[in-house]
Amino acid sequence: MESTLEKNVGHETTLIEADSIVIRFSGDSGDGMQLTGTQFTDTAAFFGNDLSTFPEYPAEIRAPIGTTAGVSGFQVHFGSKEIFTPGDEYDVLVAMNAAALKVDLPRLKKGGIVITNTAGFDKKNLGLANFPDGINPLEDGSLDNYIVHKMDVTKLTKECLSGSGLGMKEIERSKNMFVLGLLFWMFDEPMDYTINFIKEKFAKKPDIADANIKTLTAGWNFGDNTEVFTTRFHVAPAQLPKGTYRNISGNHATAIGLVAAAELSGLPLFLGSYPITPASDILHELSRYKTSNVKTLQAEDEIAAICAAIGASYGGGLGVTTTSGPGMSLKTEALGLATILEIPLVVVNVQRGGPSTGLPTKTEQSDLLQAMYGRHGEGPLPIVAASSPADCFEAVLEASRIALEHMTPVICLTDGFIANGSEPWRFPTQDQLKPINVTFATEPNGPDGTYLPYKRDEKLSRPWAIPGTKGLMHRIGGLEKQQETGNVSYDPKNHEAMTRIRAEKIEKIADYIPLIKPESGKDSGKLAILGWGSTGGVIKTAVRELLEEGQDVAHIHLRYLNPFPKNLGELLAAYEHILIPEMNCGQLLQLIRAKYLIPAVGYSKVQGLPFTTSELKNKILEILK
Amino acid sequence: MSTITDNVVTPKLVAKDFASNQEVKWCPGCGDYSIIKQVQTVFPDFGVPKENIAFISGIGCAARFTYYMDTYGMHSIHGRAAAIASGLKAQNPGLSVWIVSGDGDAFSIGGNHFIHLMRKNFDVNYLVFNNQIYGLTKGQYSPTSEKGKVAKSTPFGSVEEPFNPSELALGAKASFVARSLDRDPKHLQMVLKRAHEHKGTSFVEIYQNCAVFNDGAFFAYSDKETKQEQSIYLEHGKPLIFGNGGNKGIKLDGTTPVIVDLSVEGNSASDLWIHDEHDKTKAHIIASFFDTSYNDVYFPRPFGVIYSEDRPTYEYGMEHQIEELIARKGRPSLDKILSGDKTWTIL
Repeated sequence: MESTLEKNVGHETTLIEADSIVIRFSGDSGDGMQLTGTQFTDTAAFFGNDLSTFPEYPAEIRAPIGTTAGVSGFQVHFGSKEIFTPGDEYDVLVAMNAAALKVDLPRLKKGGIVITNTAGFDKKNLGLANFPDGINPLEDGSLDNYIVHKMDVTKLTKECLSGSGLGMKEIERSKNMFVLGLLFWMFDEPMDYTINFIKEKFAKKPDIADANIKTLTAGWNFGDNTEVFTTRFHVAPAQLPKGTYRNISGNHATAIGLVAAAELSGLPLFLGSYPITPASDILHELSRYKTSNVKTLQAEDEIAAICAAIGASYGGGLGVTTTSGPGMSLKTEALGLATILEIPLVVVNVQRGGPSTGLPTKTEQSDLLQAMYGRHGEGPLPIVAASSPADCFEAVLEASRIALEHMTPVICLTDGFIANGSEPWRFPTQDQLKPINVTFATEPNGPDGTYLPYKRDEKLSRPWAIPGTKGLMHRIGGLEKQQETGNVSYDPKNHEAMTRIRAEKIEKIADYIPLIKPESGKDSGKLAILGWGSTGGVIKTAVRELLEEGQDVAHIHLRYLNPFPKNLGELLAAYEHILIPEMNCGQLLQLIRAKYLIPAVGYSKVQGLPFTTSELKNKILEILK
Repeated sequence: MSTITDNVVTPKLVAKDFASNQEVKWCPGCGDYSIIKQVQTVFPDFGVPKENIAFISGIGCAARFTYYMDTYGMHSIHGRAAAIASGLKAQNPGLSVWIVSGDGDAFSIGGNHFIHLMRKNFDVNYLVFNNQIYGLTKGQYSPTSEKGKVAKSTPFGSVEEPFNPSELALGAKASFVARSLDRDPKHLQMVLKRAHEHKGTSFVEIYQNCAVFNDGAFFAYSDKETKQEQSIYLEHGKPLIFGNGGNKGIKLDGTTPVIVDLSVEGNSASDLWIHDEHDKTKAHIIASFFDTSYNDVYFPRPFGVIYSEDRPTYEYGMEHQIEELIARKGRPSLDKILSGDKTWTIL
């Protein structure tokens, strides 16, 4: 937070202009912190700030109340400048109970603001958070380096809603609105957006709507009237490129990207999916697009989900399945089928910490090698990855384009960090999007009026004749096929030829994707940071800052992980050093070193958490030394 | 979907029109030969153009069926045909979709998809060629093999109870449950026709002889000497009669079935249980004529349509929601979807 201007407003408060602020809302799973954070975010976005968010919640829906295991956090970084990460440390920590303070205090900036609900610091809560007997961090001086605001939010909410006729449970539930109102006051943000949201959400329960609005306003007034709060902050709208924006999360952008792919290709969209964290929101979102003729099927398991999608593609739709790591493993056999069928299919893997159930609500980039090699037999597939929440739109649209235009399954990798995180998106209009070319076969293509389902075009892709097409009846299957006819063939030479053709077809996609160039920095020099996926924001931030400091560093970010852009080897060779930061143990690193035989070095983080800008900058500076 | 219109005269297809150009490679004596013959015989009567028919199969001897039919078809992976067929039917409800599976494919590796397909009720036909053995992997016991089965992987006999497929299907809310066998061509043709006519998932269990690994498993139901005593042919609205010369019948004493000797004076066919395909409770009792005894009496194996029920199909529900919502709200432009409801503009 950098204050650039101070002025007095109203009654003895100081308004500080800040160019960016990070707030961490933290509380028990049941405290409504995700909603509070989302409302604050939407408001900030709506009034022109650039931003990036990081929701972080436990795997348990209701972990034991008051424990550190049950802490749910929502971090928002908003500013008047361009923002690409949720921020390393926060300026403001809202801690609804002792456990939240314990978990999230370490990343509060020195001198930062703590807003606490004292009701969450009673003997019971302190015990649940494992503070030693008799120790209360609000009273033992351990917060002396911070600006601490203590208030009994629970009691204030109860007072505000006494006589509302609501039960204690409902009143308790409104206390997050009090905090939100106070934060709106403190950061000079209007309440209108949230008031409208509450009215819409509780349209059928006006008493609940009234209670929430009353509590929200009470929070605002508490800031305005209480002399404890002497400072407010203002973050001016960001100087973003001209255009119309919306705020969007990665999973939402993925859903819209798939709808767009269906519209642009003229095919109906079919999603087969099985609920799994953190991918379920794509299923939820797409199940709402019935008016766009989107069909969603919640299958009995991950295998049925991908198989149903294969069936829909076979029938001439855009078949899609969405999942996360363990689900990806279950889909593997069917992915092999789709590979040998050479049928369009989009598989979205919202990666999370693994192996097995691992860290279901935390982020990781550890399924790259699975995407690359996770098939039985020789079965290379195209892989694309999204680099930010809004970029999920482009990534999945590109995956769909490749699937349909090259007749192949495509794996689209996102991860929990960008799937749940959000950012402002200058969304395109339909006329700015390239159509996707799909032609169904309608005429025989072989001698004597026969149909050859595996006769190939210049892309090496095969024709797509769908059931219902007169005269083109044919059989396809998992057994190896004779070239062109597609008939079952056990001929050794044919199998080798088909294996090589399938691989060459995927390699050839490189002719149809753009060449790569650095996102920032020069196209040669001392050090290039090569990234893929959700590290996009943090690498961009670190490299931009280092460029401003005069360092010789560049940022290259991969959308296409298989095949790589044709000039990637040449571009990487133009730098003395290549650093590959990944939230895994060095998976892209292996691919790059194996393919280009260059001594790239890796920088790993496998903590279920994204890199911070400062740790990445330190690593880069170490190499530049 | 393209259908035959009045002004286009299409010559009626014959059985061989449904045979593909691929050489059929089942073992000599395999029951599959009879089954494919009956399928190809009755299909012309259905009047569905070949291009509107799709066969989806999994893995196993039966699954090769797909390659031998001159329709659309996919020979997929083990156990998953039901899931693939569901996606295909959802995408194009106008197709006539047939799943061909075996006892291992349908009830073991594909068991989960089987039960959920029954409940979901896509309008597809699910033919299970049950030979009570794993044929393609060369002779292991299957989930329908009788307990004590001596096979490659159970040299001292299996210790498991088999599935009773009809009970399994009924328990999973199947809307159509039938049984037939390879060695009774006319009956099989009739059951196939009923399956085709049924709107919803039609589950047809077909007893099929594996001449190599389980020869004669069902001969008791087709051999002249034993057939009458061991099997009972169900017909809607007709009494349950079996035995040599139709000398036995089944009546219900409460919910307990009782075999009646019709040759004994005083016993009359008019006292017998009249088969009602739509009565689920009775269908459960009929389905239990398998290995369940009632008062230590074992009952003949039932063939024919055990149960049928009209209820909306999955794809109807799916399409209906879409049509209704589009009628009410209209189809949004892509631009509207891209922008969402809350936007702001930076000038």
